[in-house]
Amino acid sequence: MIKEKETKAAIELKGITKTFGTVVANDTIDLSVRQGEILALLGENGSGKTTLMNMLSGIYHPDSGSIFINGEEVNINSPEDSIRLGIGMIHQHFKLVDVFTAADNIILGGQGVGRWLTKSRIDRIREISSRFGLDIDPNKKIYNMSVGEKQTVEILKVLYRKADILILDEPTAVLTPQETERLFKILRRMREEGCAVIIITHKLNEVLAISDRVTILRKGKSVATVDTLKTDAKKLTELMVGRPVELSINRPKTSFKENLLEIHHLTVDNEEGIAAIKDISFYLNKGEILGVAGVAGSGQKELCEAMAGLIPVKKGAILYQKENIVGKSPNEIIKLGISMSFIPEDRLGMGLAASMGMVDNLLLKSYRQSSKGPFISKKKARELSKRLVKELEIVTPDVDTPVRRLSGGNVQKVLLGREIESEPNVLITAYAVRGLDINSSYTIYNSLNEQKKKGVGILFIGEDLDVMLELCDRIMVLCHGKVTGIVDAEKTTKEEIGLMMTDAVSEGGKTGGSKQE
Amino acid sequence: MDQNKNKTTHKEPLIRIAKRAELGSKEVAVLSLIAFVFAIVAGGIFIACLGYNPLLIYRTIVEGAFRSEIAIKGTVKIAIPLLITSLGITLAFKMRFWNIGAEGQIIMGGIFSSYFALFHGDWPHFLLIMVMILAGMIGGGLWALLPAYFKNRYGTNETLFTLMLNYIALYMIKYLTEGPWRDPGSSGFPKIATFVQNARLDLVGGVHAGWVIGLILVVVVFIYLKFTKQGYEISVVGESQNTAHYAGMNVKKIILRTMFLSGGICGIAGMAQVAGAAYTLSDGIAGGTGFTAIIVAWLSKLNPVIILVVTLLFSVLEKGSSVMQSTYGLSSAVSSILQGIILFFILGFDFFTRYKFIVRRRG
Repeated sequence: MIKEKETKAAIELKGITKTFGTVVANDTIDLSVRQGEILALLGENGSGKTTLMNMLSGIYHPDSGSIFINGEEVNINSPEDSIRLGIGMIHQHFKLVDVFTAADNIILGGQGVGRWLTKSRIDRIREISSRFGLDIDPNKKIYNMSVGEKQTVEILKVLYRKADILILDEPTAVLTPQETERLFKILRRMREEGCAVIIITHKLNEVLAISDRVTILRKGKSVATVDTLKTDAKKLTELMVGRPVELSINRPKTSFKENLLEIHHLTVDNEEGIAAIKDISFYLNKGEILGVAGVAGSGQKELCEAMAGLIPVKKGAILYQKENIVGKSPNEIIKLGISMSFIPEDRLGMGLAASMGMVDNLLLKSYRQSSKGPFISKKKARELSKRLVKELEIVTPDVDTPVRRLSGGNVQKVLLGREIESEPNVLITAYAVRGLDINSSYTIYNSLNEQKKKGVGILFIGEDLDVMLELCDRIMVLCHGKVTGIVDAEKTTKEEIGLMMTDAVSEGGKTGGSKQE
Repeated sequence: MDQNKNKTTHKEPLIRIAKRAELGSKEVAVLSLIAFVFAIVAGGIFIACLGYNPLLIYRTIVEGAFRSEIAIKGTVKIAIPLLITSLGITLAFKMRFWNIGAEGQIIMGGIFSSYFALFHGDWPHFLLIMVMILAGMIGGGLWALLPAYFKNRYGTNETLFTLMLNYIALYMIKYLTEGPWRDPGSSGFPKIATFVQNARLDLVGGVHAGWVIGLILVVVVFIYLKFTKQGYEISVVGESQNTAHYAGMNVKKIILRTMFLSGGICGIAGMAQVAGAAYTLSDGIAGGTGFTAIIVAWLSKLNPVIILVVTLLFSVLEKGSSVMQSTYGLSSAVSSILQGIILFFILGFDFFTRYKFIVRRRG
């Protein structure tokens, strides 16, 4: 690292403001990143991180304020402008052509590539790869790649376009702990090469591990910029939330012993007819939280939907207190007196009706019982809405305001509130805290623990391993639709789960569940 | 700042489009009203281009629709099928099932009820009318069930399916006219016999009872959509089939039931046309009502009460234009153009309910 480079600001934002209607997404934000520095942009969902970065990548235009790149004021009107200025954005969702090779994806859409695909492009990619320590075969097709490799291609793509300012939007969301470590290595290498890196995240331990400085956004304002070395998780959380927060999760012990659900040799196809869940078996006890870990797309969605009776089961049995519920419709399952609550991943597309208000949404599963005749009675739901608004601190102008106008956290609270109010025996939650601020997340962990104490069996599909290790009793790991292990959460480590997520466990009988050949 | 401005590498665009916060229903209503005013002005410019005084023409249109008892009756007569059909379409649209086959459903309703008028004209009057209404409903309903069934079973596209069924229904009338139901008394010119007095809808206040049916349906559809469990199910299915499925609803059953009702109501419009207006079955009984109704339902945001208002507006325009035509010799196409302009502006203004323009401030 050269002293001179370090002092020069690669990006400087001054007084950036952006409003969407009445919502102020960014309010006079100042931010600067030096060359050869990794800046973490920390903030809860809805604090304006992505909006701010989208203005750098030319997707939005600020209402006011100025952007300086290498000391010069610029106006970024389009993504092309952004690329020209050397800004490379790596989105959460990869934008790659599956059937192309890494090399073809990298040069795709690039300027000055010329008319012909020459051999030299491969050499250049190799050269960049080795310079930054990226380990990738340029001739490998994308569909043969793991998530980590795909991300590496994305990074190469922006480096190939000579970007020296990199923005990564929640890059670790889809990665296993091992892949995350590899990514961090790459980022450190880029820092050494003099790149300016902005990493957007809400995971505190990652911020502490990788960044030099942290800029914290709260409700659209930049509240502080601190040196990573001089701070800790507690202080960062306080800055992020605005007040001290208790960061530990309880794991209450329960004395229930009964078996609630047994899944035997379950096989489920996904929409394309390809097996998404392959011959898995597990059980769920009363009063326990069984975590389900795995990289995104390992079959979590299909498992949940099959258990809730939403998609057909190909083979196997789901026994609810010894009764097989395979082949029954959701309504039949409800009629059997099995109250199974499922909080789906896709809240507005499946769990709720987006343009209806809270009252109507609370009626979704109980409208049939709301009254005897053909008319719907909304009285109880209205009372319940008002109670939930108070209890769960749901922020909504009115209980009849369309839920799509609510923020993600509030939407999730409506959904969770409805499911818990139905007094279920089994609760299935998929990514229950995704997109939620820390405070809401803890509210939700607490409500889940309350349910657990009442004897509800909870299947918790999660993505944050740190949380799962603290909250769950047992953790089941899925990999490519197979169970690669079921472990006691108290006795396992993040690394062990990480290995199981990538199916790297080949031997060592300490894992309790079925194992892969 | 000012110094830096000169260095700016790229200029900010003069006008940008930005999303705005969702508007309340009051603001949307005001915007719609503004859109309507704009439409009237634009229509006026068009009329002026034709060499007429727009104010005079507009006055003629309004007066033409209301100037006499006969004129008012004529306006109401135009409104009846349009109102009933719009209500029918609303049920399907609320479910986001794009039923553009109201035309065919009107015709099938007309055919089914004509059967009883033609072959059981001797039944007691009240019974016969009730049976004809029921038959109209079943005819339209069954016709609408076809696309619903295939959509459920094979995922066919309902838009094309319902559209194509319109033509089949239309040619079915032609077949009946020239074949089995041809009036033997008509000399040479193929037509279906005129209904006997017994099979005609009674006059209420000088206009056939169809308007009473229409008003009753406004209330029924309003209550059905807003206060019943089935109405709630329709909204949820329209919102997201996944959500409906997740809530334990039988989505396929709901689609079938709703489409039957949607087509059924359109069928009632067909019955009202044959038994109230034409007193016979001819291939002109739908006459584009099924398509105009789509516009009405859409402009009314699927609200039955607003549908009533918009229907009246369209009927006034339609009736008034015919007077305008006879008074000034203007083509009736002018009224279609005016309708188009109104639609264009109101739908176009939808853009402003969601977006706003921001004009560059500096430089």
